[in-house]
Amino acid sequence: MALQMFVTFSPWNCLLLLVALECSEASSDLNESANSTAQYAPNAWFAAASSEPDERISVFELDYDYVQIPYEVTLWILLASLAKIGFHLYRRLPGLMPESCLLILVGALVGAIIFGTDHKSPPVMDSSIYFLYLLPPIVLEGGYFMPTRPFFENIGSILWWAVLGALINALGIGLSLYFICQVKAFGLGDVSLLQNLLFGSLISAVDPVAVLAVFEEARVNEQLYMMIFGEALLNDGITVVLYNMLIAFTKMHKFEDIEPVDILAGCARFIIVGLGGILFGIVFGFISAFITRFTQNISAIEPLIVFMFSYLSYLAAETLYLSGILAITACAVTMKKYVEENVSQTSYTTIKYFMKMLSSVSETLIFIFMGVSTVGKNHEWNWAFICFTLAFCQIWRAISVFALFYISNQFRTFPFSIKDQCIIFYSGVRGAGSFSLAFLLPLSLFPRKKMFVTATLVVIYFTAFIQGITVGPLVRYLDVKKTNKKESINEELHIRLMDHLKAGIEDVCGHWSHYQVRDKFKKFDHRYLRKILIRKNLPKSSIVSLYKKLEMKQAIEMVETGILSSTAFSIPHQAQRIQGIKRLSPEDVESIRDILTSNMYQVRQRTLSYNKYNLKPQTSEKQAKEILIRRQNTLRESMRKGHSLPWGKPAGTKNVRYLSFPYGNPQSAGRDTRAAEFS
Amino acid sequence: MGSRASTLLRDEELEEIKKETGFSHSQITRLYSRFTSLDKGENGTLRREDFQRIPELAINPLGDRIINAFFPEGEDQDNEKSKDVNGPEPLNSRSNKLHFAFRLYDLDKDEKISRDELLQVLRMMVGVNISDEQLGSIADRTIQEADQDGDSAISFTEFVKVLEKVDVEQKMSIRFLH
Repeated sequence: MALQMFVTFSPWNCLLLLVALECSEASSDLNESANSTAQYAPNAWFAAASSEPDERISVFELDYDYVQIPYEVTLWILLASLAKIGFHLYRRLPGLMPESCLLILVGALVGAIIFGTDHKSPPVMDSSIYFLYLLPPIVLEGGYFMPTRPFFENIGSILWWAVLGALINALGIGLSLYFICQVKAFGLGDVSLLQNLLFGSLISAVDPVAVLAVFEEARVNEQLYMMIFGEALLNDGITVVLYNMLIAFTKMHKFEDIEPVDILAGCARFIIVGLGGILFGIVFGFISAFITRFTQNISAIEPLIVFMFSYLSYLAAETLYLSGILAITACAVTMKKYVEENVSQTSYTTIKYFMKMLSSVSETLIFIFMGVSTVGKNHEWNWAFICFTLAFCQIWRAISVFALFYISNQFRTFPFSIKDQCIIFYSGVRGAGSFSLAFLLPLSLFPRKKMFVTATLVVIYFTAFIQGITVGPLVRYLDVKKTNKKESINEELHIRLMDHLKAGIEDVCGHWSHYQVRDKFKKFDHRYLRKILIRKNLPKSSIVSLYKKLEMKQAIEMVETGILSSTAFSIPHQAQRIQGIKRLSPEDVESIRDILTSNMYQVRQRTLSYNKYNLKPQTSEKQAKEILIRRQNTLRESMRKGHSLPWGKPAGTKNVRYLSFPYGNPQSAGRDTRAAEFS
Repeated sequence: MGSRASTLLRDEELEEIKKETGFSHSQITRLYSRFTSLDKGENGTLRREDFQRIPELAINPLGDRIINAFFPEGEDQDNEKSKDVNGPEPLNSRSNKLHFAFRLYDLDKDEKISRDELLQVLRMMVGVNISDEQLGSIADRTIQEADQDGDSAISFTEFVKVLEKVDVEQKMSIRFLH
């Protein structure tokens, strides 16, 4: 462990030195280049030569100005990546705190360095950079990796919770803060209602997915998972719509001029913006799915099509002042289903990884900007405002969670327990979104912008660190089922068997959906959409294509009827009975148990685990391939024993009797009654 | 889903199934529509190949055995997703569920899980990193833990005893989201 700590610190140290060095050089360079910018030219030494003609041509020059922006940005991203590597090397950390904490720390570190060396940082994030370049990748990634089936199954609850929750939070916090501002003692009298509402809307932008990784191991049930995911997905869109709307209000009217007509218009606009965005997204999604139908021969541009069309949907929606975020989300969701089937395997992997990469770069940059603002002189600390903001955030989130879920539980077949609601309440961690919106407040309309930014920063730091770190233990504490009691080997084995059995029977029964609408959509989809949008004859996934390859391979080998090599699978034909079973020592028992636990195949999870910052290596794929290969070998073995049907009785075992027999078939003679059912 | 399925499933059959298995009307109709969608040959019965076409079963380690559970010995068809019945006891009692699981191990139906049978299932459930020796010792240890009458095999009663602390009913239930 000491070695690991050492390893994590040394790249940080090296990089710290590097960055500090660069920054100090940069600041000295700035002085130099300030002299020579009389004639600003791309090449500094050229300018130096021309302004001082007596100078010899220098052999070695440093031109920092030219590369400053990309250089520093790259350095920041690299620093964050190294920090992430260190974070994951130290195995216990990812379970302790969410990765966004790490990014915040890195941002603060860079901010401290920049502040310390008095360096003028590259262009500060402004509105267009954020909304046009930094935000779309983050939203796209969220939409693309969303598991669609559970999302649509729970869409009623998700919409109810996400939309109403965001609205209640925003308006609640805004109004409460306005009342606080009325209190003369706090010196906040100049903050108007609109400004408070705006602040409320931006502070209610939560980033709950960041904490998902922390309690992933607690096996939250699918519904809870979807709630959190769905909220994360829609929350950004809704808060940005609210934000833009309120900014428009602030620009247009003074508070006294606002009439009920305006408020109604505002609400109508809210709905139109939302729905319009989604419509745009769906249209673009279908277009891109259609185009990928024809890209067999140039699979290299498939990722490009996916990304360009998503981005285009965002931009097109923004042109019409519709919600670009919702558009890009809808585009990703629509597109994913068809594109995944059309594109080649490598394009699919490329798309996934590139998307992750883009979104983590964006988020890193935003956190760096956040760090730079934290360590600086642009703060206005107002105790009352900040404390009340924190308090109201928690209070209103609690109110919205418990009230909304109480109502929606009446209509759900699978109600959310209090424990689930507590988890949802506690996962209200603020992240990069709130900071960006606060930072981009126009100073002209908000003279007290600094106070808002400070308050936002405090809330983000508080929730990310305190809630982020304590959510893990909280969930483990609430998750009463998990006991530390060690199970016997028998129990482990049989429980795993039963889990596999249950998963298998569930698969036989097919997916259970709650809605007729979904069945109708599936029919429509099959009959029309798939014919238009999907290529003909293609394998569904790597597993199926592997299966097909193996079958073909097996067929060829059958023809050759050579010696078929059997691999790891071996049926011990002779009973290798040991005379008496050896008594095993406790350490052996422990090691056996550990071997068993770590090597047993995982049960197929219906909920795909989602990690915002990482694409988990495909262990399930590897496991599936192993299982398939083994099955093929079994088939071969049994065929080798000379049966015509692969499913005939394997030689050497007694008469195998399995369960059951046809039911209700009047022709079947007699009806035995046998045991066990599975209902 | 709606109309086509229910006309093909006769009402008397539905009532009988309902009585025997305890499923509700809508659940049975759902199961029937799943049955028909699996039945590609449209001949009113399901064969092994129809089950094998379910992709998730192909990557389930116990997939083959689960499929076999639907087919009585020697026959190749399964009408109407029949499940079996045990006389006076309710279909989904704890004992019946345990027996179902037990039969996944016990291929030769001698009501005992021998070391070989255990090894076979272990091998199916475990990755390729475990050597045969280690697997053998795991199997030995498993039998040793459970065996009470010293016959180096796990009988059904021993099986039940070992799992007495486990909530089998909850583990072996499917949630019908309707």
